Amino acid sequence: MIVLKDVLALLDGELLTPATSPEAAFRKVFASDLMSDVLTSAEPGALLLTGLVNTHVVNTCSVADLSGVVFVQGKRPAEEVISQARTRNIPLVTTKMTMFEACARIAGHVQDGGHVRR
Amino acid sequence: MFAAESSYHRAFPVKGGDFAKAGNAACEIKELLKDIGLDTPTVRRAAIVAYEAEMNVIMYAREARMDLTVSPDEVHLVVDDRGPGIPDVELALTEGYSTATAEMRELGFGAGMGLPNIKRNADVFAIDSEVGRGTRLDIIIRKNGHVPS
Repeated sequence: MIVLKDVLALLDGELLTPATSPEAAFRKVFASDLMSDVLTSAEPGALLLTGLVNTHVVNTCSVADLSGVVFVQGKRPAEEVISQARTRNIPLVTTKMTMFEACARIAGHVQDGGHVRR
Repeated sequence: MFAAESSYHRAFPVKGGDFAKAGNAACEIKELLKDIGLDTPTVRRAAIVAYEAEMNVIMYAREARMDLTVSPDEVHLVVDDRGPGIPDVELALTEGYSTATAEMRELGFGAGMGLPNIKRNADVFAIDSEVGRGTRLDIIIRKNGHVPS
């Protein structure tokens, strides 16, 4: 379990959907650029880390009950995608970190039992 | 929600190549199933099946009709497309086998998981394809059916 405010702190992230509660919690974390893999293997309630920024990311999360998205490598989706996520209550975060670094930080946090390392 | 023997039916047209609207039918189907009051795991399986099927139509076919029928115990989805058909259905059901273009892969699809994932989430799965004519999927998702591992 990891909460949104910890994700933002760990990844030095920017919240693209400011209305989202910082206490929003994610049961699992899944990282992939392949939406096919998300639809096959990600669990409901998971946070998705991805380098893709198109509308299919939000559609995929919506269909498969994923609860949030982190865009890595400083990628920012178009306003249309952010608006779509807002409508569906899916928090979006962008971070300048690479996929590997973002995953490593989150994995370290989860292993440490939730302590945020900066 | 349902009277005995009653069911809800709705058809969704899908246009091949229309990537901008990809996922609209599946998202609408998911909202409908939620509104009808089906349990969350059943809604999720049906939505994933509908989305994978819709993406297949958009990536490979010219057009299709997705027929959704919801009865108290199951979701029945028939996807009948007009398109190139599948020359080797068994091969197309193999995880990882794909004929997707680079453009499709850039969108995050075409990893050769679509049909296998539809089958995996379905309680009943039938496929009939004819080269040069099209492909028809007949899928049943039962309420409280299996949850894919």
